Amino acid sequence: MRKCRLVFEKTGRAKYISHLDLMHTMERIFVRAGVDIVHTQGFNPHPYMVFALPLSVCTESVCELVDVQIEDDESFDEIPERLNEKSPEGIKFKKAYEPLTKFKDIAYIDAEGRFEYDGRVSENLLDKLSNFFKKDEIVIKKKTKKGIKDTDIKPGITDIIFEKADDNTVLVKARVTAQNPTTNPDLIATALRELEPDVAPDFSEFMRMAMVFEDGKKFS
Amino acid sequence: MDARLKRILPKVQKPARYVGGEYNQTIKDLSHVDTRIAFCFPDTYEIGMSNLGMRILCGVFNNMDGVWCERVFSPWGDMEDEMRKAGIPLYALESGDPVKDFDIVAFSIGYEMAYTTILNMLDLAGIPLRAADRGEEDPLVIAGGTCCYNAEPIADFFDLFILGEGEEVDPEVVELYRRCRAEGISKKDFLIKAAGIGGVYVPSLYDVEYNDDGTVKSYTPKCGAPERITKRIIKDFNNSYFPDKIIVPSTEIVHDRVVLELFRGCIRGCRFCQAGYVYRPVRPRDSGILIDQGIKLLQDSGYEEITLSSLSTSDYKQLPALCDGILDWCENKKTSLSLPSLRADNFSMSIMERVQKVRKSGLTFAPEAGSQRLRDAINKNVTEEDLLNSCRIAFEGGWNSVKLYFMLGLPTETDEDVVAIAELARKVLWVWKNHSPNKSRGVKITVSTSCFIPKPLSPFQWAGQVSMEEYKRRVKLLRESLKSKAIVYNWHDPETSVIEAVLARGDRKMSKAIETVWRNGGKLDSWSEYFSFQRWMDAFHECGTDVEFFTTRQRGKEEVFPWDISDVGVRKDFLWNEYVKSGQSQLSPDCRVRCTGCGANCLLDGGVCDA
Ligand code: SF4
Repeated sequence: MRKCRLVFEKTGRAKYISHLDLMHTMERIFVRAGVDIVHTQGFNPHPYMVFALPLSVCTESVCELVDVQIEDDESFDEIPERLNEKSPEGIKFKKAYEPLTKFKDIAYIDAEGRFEYDGRVSENLLDKLSNFFKKDEIVIKKKTKKGIKDTDIKPGITDIIFEKADDNTVLVKARVTAQNPTTNPDLIATALRELEPDVAPDFSEFMRMAMVFEDGKKFS
Repeated sequence: MDARLKRILPKVQKPARYVGGEYNQTIKDLSHVDTRIAFCFPDTYEIGMSNLGMRILCGVFNNMDGVWCERVFSPWGDMEDEMRKAGIPLYALESGDPVKDFDIVAFSIGYEMAYTTILNMLDLAGIPLRAADRGEEDPLVIAGGTCCYNAEPIADFFDLFILGEGEEVDPEVVELYRRCRAEGISKKDFLIKAAGIGGVYVPSLYDVEYNDDGTVKSYTPKCGAPERITKRIIKDFNNSYFPDKIIVPSTEIVHDRVVLELFRGCIRGCRFCQAGYVYRPVRPRDSGILIDQGIKLLQDSGYEEITLSSLSTSDYKQLPALCDGILDWCENKKTSLSLPSLRADNFSMSIMERVQKVRKSGLTFAPEAGSQRLRDAINKNVTEEDLLNSCRIAFEGGWNSVKLYFMLGLPTETDEDVVAIAELARKVLWVWKNHSPNKSRGVKITVSTSCFIPKPLSPFQWAGQVSMEEYKRRVKLLRESLKSKAIVYNWHDPETSVIEAVLARGDRKMSKAIETVWRNGGKLDSWSEYFSFQRWMDAFHECGTDVEFFTTRQRGKEEVFPWDISDVGVRKDFLWNEYVKSGQSQLSPDCRVRCTGCGANCLLDGGVCDA
């Protein structure tokens, strides 16, 4: 048995699959493709599958990572194609390789978002957005298990820029902290809705583009 | 994906069930498609995707060149609200296209409580509810499924119904539809032609007259429609279509596993059971074929669980061979076989033992009645000895949880019969005390009762249902008789049973009440979250539907029923005879012991049942 890291995309209709459902779906993809993976021992064995960072439902990604253990005679090169043949729409495996790094070293996530404004995009809007995120702190109400808590999300947003895409759409490029704390890019829109409703988008969606080391290099 | 849909999906629970895109979905190139079918299941995705019939028939349609069949389910309330707010009409999962733009909208109707959901789905699709209000431009709205044997309460909403098994007749209807459309034939004339296809019921081609007392006087066919509609069956079940690829949902559904259908029909003849009569005659599928199908589906789907489905699985003659075949394949894999509840009388220890290695779950038995006398009256051919013996084997094998299902309100039931349920449960407990190898883990015996619903085309179609008050009194009596910590008693509320009883034996006049319930917010009535007894009673009251006429009323031998136009093979005089015998607590043998001449054999070529 040896470790195998898979890079996969979760886009389009697949973005609505929850993390829990994704685990079942993955398990079945491996069975269908005939790629044996190691299972945990015990009463209720389940596949040993470690996801780098769970992706929230309704968010797309082109850089998801999952570690599994495969038979020694499996070839890394063939695995992605074999899995893709047996995957639902929107789940696409891009690479398989022996992992040399640890998920705990993922420091940031680069995400791109689309902010849709129903006919309200202007130069002025872009400035307002940029200025908002230049503030020293952005305190929003966050639901936790112990009720609603004030949370400053500013430290979680390392970089953010806004670009006009068309008359209705602003593109957002953000680098957010991946762990300690994990910053969900959706919070960018949430913060606007809460604190600056004038410039809050009518609809927003994000896609994870890359996972990044502390030093800014791409994690793989 | 529709931009409006994209906006609402993040707001609803479990959005994955509203987008399609699953493994093995069928996508066709529209330039090669001339007929689009929206296969509608009037319940949630989780329930509908668990339905084997839907999977089979979607496959049958998609096997036709130029036909693309897609799936449609009912949204849950939160999704429906968002769809209505955003102006998104009901759409099909594969393409996302509005159902209104399809050629044929086909509903699968397995239970009466889905009627309001059908109306809600039609409305959400923007299709006029009543067939009479739909024009040439609207889709053809059709239905199949068990409820269609008495389609009368919903007759006004459909252009045609298909009686019986759809594998052969469904494509015949679609082919006729295509021919008629190509020749520019009107919908009305198409329907007249369709009525000539065996198994097709076109309700608009029948004039119904009623007697002064509200019972049916007559059904008069028009335009050459047949007097009665004979249901269709697959005569050669070994060679009938079975999907070799199944859609694997990307989100959890109710029955998330491979399902094998062992046979159609049932040899038993339990008198309360509609399915036992309307699905006759028995037609098994060879175990070799089933093992092949099962293995293929497990490999292709990636499912790690397979189960067997049929009306009375333990009556499948090749059950040991089938289980062995599947279990052999499962060996050294993580795949497991789960068995449905087996009959108590021919409970096979060796099978249970092998299955047990893979997975141990609670056991379920359905004696249906507590006393031998009442079990004889309903022709449930299970003795107390059989049941206790099965429980003993199970307890000895290490099981420590048994569920026992009963009905209250069965015809001829007395208080003694009710109390006998408690006695039987106590005997099961006693068996556990005497035979469990490991008593430290305790035992859980669950007794469940539901309120009996007399169904059309069963021997009890003449019987009155007990009133709600009477059911509740019997529940109380049983509860007081069941005093043991190891025995848990669950009883179902009778409210749904009463409504279901009204609809099951309803007539054509009832469509108004059903529509009223829907207009007052009724939908997803099989879900307690949505069901409102009061809403139904108010609508019945408003529309002049006499509830007791349909529920508690005892019918006479000569009464003409709304469903008498449905010919399921089993003759009415046979059913009456069974009803009379039930009053005398007289058993009828099962089809294997002796053919009792029900008439269903006439549906087969040569007229010989292979029970
Ligand atoms: S004809 Fe005889 S064997 Fe066939 S289903 Fe009827 S009773 Fe059973």
